[in-house]
Amino acid sequence: MATGAGRQTARAALALGGLFVVLLVLPAFANPYVLSAAILVLYFAYVGQAWNLMMGFAGQLSLGHSLYVGLGAYASAALFVHYGISPWIGLVAAVAVSLAAGAVIGFLAFRFGIGGVYFALLTIAFAEFTRIGFDHFDWVGGSGGFFLPVKEHGVTDLANLRGPPVMFYYIALAMAAGAFLAAWRLRASRIGYYWLAIRENEDAAQALGINTFRYKMLAILFSSAMTALAGVFFAFYYNNLFPEQIFSMARSIEIILGPIIGGLGTLFGPVLGAFVLTFLGDGLTEVTDAFGIQIPGLKQVFYGVALLVVVVFVPNGIWPALARRLGFGPAKKGE
Amino acid sequence: MPAKTLATLAGIAAALVALYVWRLAALPGALLGNVVVAGVLTGLIYGLMALGLSVIFGVVRVVNFAHGEMMTIAMYAAVLLFGAFRLDPFLALAPVAVAFFAFGYALQAGLINPFVERPEHSQFMLLVAVAIIMVNGLLMGFGPDARSAQVDYALDSFEVGPLVVDKVRVYAASVAVLLAAGLFAFFRLTATGRAIRACADNLLGAKVVGLDVKRYYALTFGIGAALVGAAGVLQAMLVDVTPALGPVYTLLAFVIVIVGGLGSMGGALAGGVLIGLSEALAGVAFTPSAKSMFSFALLILVLLLRPQGLLGKKAG
Repeated sequence: MATGAGRQTARAALALGGLFVVLLVLPAFANPYVLSAAILVLYFAYVGQAWNLMMGFAGQLSLGHSLYVGLGAYASAALFVHYGISPWIGLVAAVAVSLAAGAVIGFLAFRFGIGGVYFALLTIAFAEFTRIGFDHFDWVGGSGGFFLPVKEHGVTDLANLRGPPVMFYYIALAMAAGAFLAAWRLRASRIGYYWLAIRENEDAAQALGINTFRYKMLAILFSSAMTALAGVFFAFYYNNLFPEQIFSMARSIEIILGPIIGGLGTLFGPVLGAFVLTFLGDGLTEVTDAFGIQIPGLKQVFYGVALLVVVVFVPNGIWPALARRLGFGPAKKGE
Repeated sequence: MPAKTLATLAGIAAALVALYVWRLAALPGALLGNVVVAGVLTGLIYGLMALGLSVIFGVVRVVNFAHGEMMTIAMYAAVLLFGAFRLDPFLALAPVAVAFFAFGYALQAGLINPFVERPEHSQFMLLVAVAIIMVNGLLMGFGPDARSAQVDYALDSFEVGPLVVDKVRVYAASVAVLLAAGLFAFFRLTATGRAIRACADNLLGAKVVGLDVKRYYALTFGIGAALVGAAGVLQAMLVDVTPALGPVYTLLAFVIVIVGGLGSMGGALAGGVLIGLSEALAGVAFTPSAKSMFSFALLILVLLLRPQGLLGKKAG
């Protein structure tokens, strides 16, 4: 048995290494369209991993993760635009602001014993509250949007995150890989096991002496800090921020689609989910464009149908089923 | 509950209220009166919408995340029926409500019933998926532009002393109150209504006495859908409809039922009036675009301080 499991782990590690090498050399072969799609996949893989820490590992359903993306994006962008501060320093502020928001929400929710659907609604309420607040926050452009200056093409200025898509591709790859490793390390640590215990049965976890308040706080803090970095990336990659978009509930839902479709609580779920959604969604757009039809909302309907199909027929997500098929181990829940 | 946190939150709430009152005191009396009346009347329609959500949650224990999207579909139904046949929305109310009942029944019987035993987040996801499909389906079908149903008497108004009140709003609110009263009577007086309440109060007991719980769940979802369908038709006469309203109304309905008390029918109606009034007042006291900020602040405070809602019963 032990050798069988060892072989499976080795095979999984080999496959993962192979995937990473492919992703490393991808820009050499990819056209701009594939590259931008790949950046999107990596972005969603990263932010999905961050959300998965909270929901997949610790069982706390956040439907307001757009809040942390938005705060991170606005904090770093405002420092850059108003004071010329490099995003590498700005990301400290972004993480700090996001951590503060996560700490307030987590402290209030977990102290007052709010869980399940009520917690989800609370996270939505904070995100919506902040969205409307930023609509009237003139220092960062209000509802009219906040824009980062775009320099001429061909210049790579890594210090200020100004550069061609290839630069953003490698940053996104580093982020996605880092998040994967972080989630893997956390999953195998004491914190990770406590999270799983809380997810499976909070009362039992508490009875066993786990300080559930502290570990739920840790989950939201890790998750909000990681998500803030996604916001910094978003701001400097897209160069424009609108409260209406970045803080919207639709964005929060976009973040959680990948991990759910890929497999809640798994390490590969967020990656696979981001890949499947982006490529199938963009593929669909390609097909309709080829026929000369442009229907707004079609891609989102497709996302909705994909979510519906997965929730109804593969409630644990695609990855656990796929992993079993590929021989990457028994792939029990949470593996 | 930590006393210090509680005191801080109460302080925030008091400051919000003080700011509100201070801004309102500066307004002329007649304007304030008109705003209050319009807010209450709109709130009654909100209440009817939230009643649907509350009934579904109270019985089936499933949070209908697609509630506002269903409301928006009903608004489109009213607008389209008016555009095609000049059918007055008050006449379109019955057919739309019946169609929504059938749709809600089928949705619960076909899709949601297998999910009632599943974890909360799983049900949530299912309805999020339904909501995404609905709102973007509307976008595909009708585009992002606003549409409206302008009846001939849309601009008529009653004048009572210094107050000027839109006729449509008065009629629509009256219909909402009538429908809510009918629903209360249904749950109190009919055998089916009592059976549904039995399923809500004691699921095991209801099964023991031989009630077909799954069928009553489907009936309940049908009733909730019919209520939101009716509310949508009424609302279509007051505001222009766009697909983007779907998530907005979903959140609004959540705010209302949480503030009023999830599962409490009276609470839904009272919460609707409270939120309708609060949004109308915030719209004139500050700026219309900031009005729902107060609703979300109220939602956060109620979730923290009184999660069973202002009128809800204490639950575990």
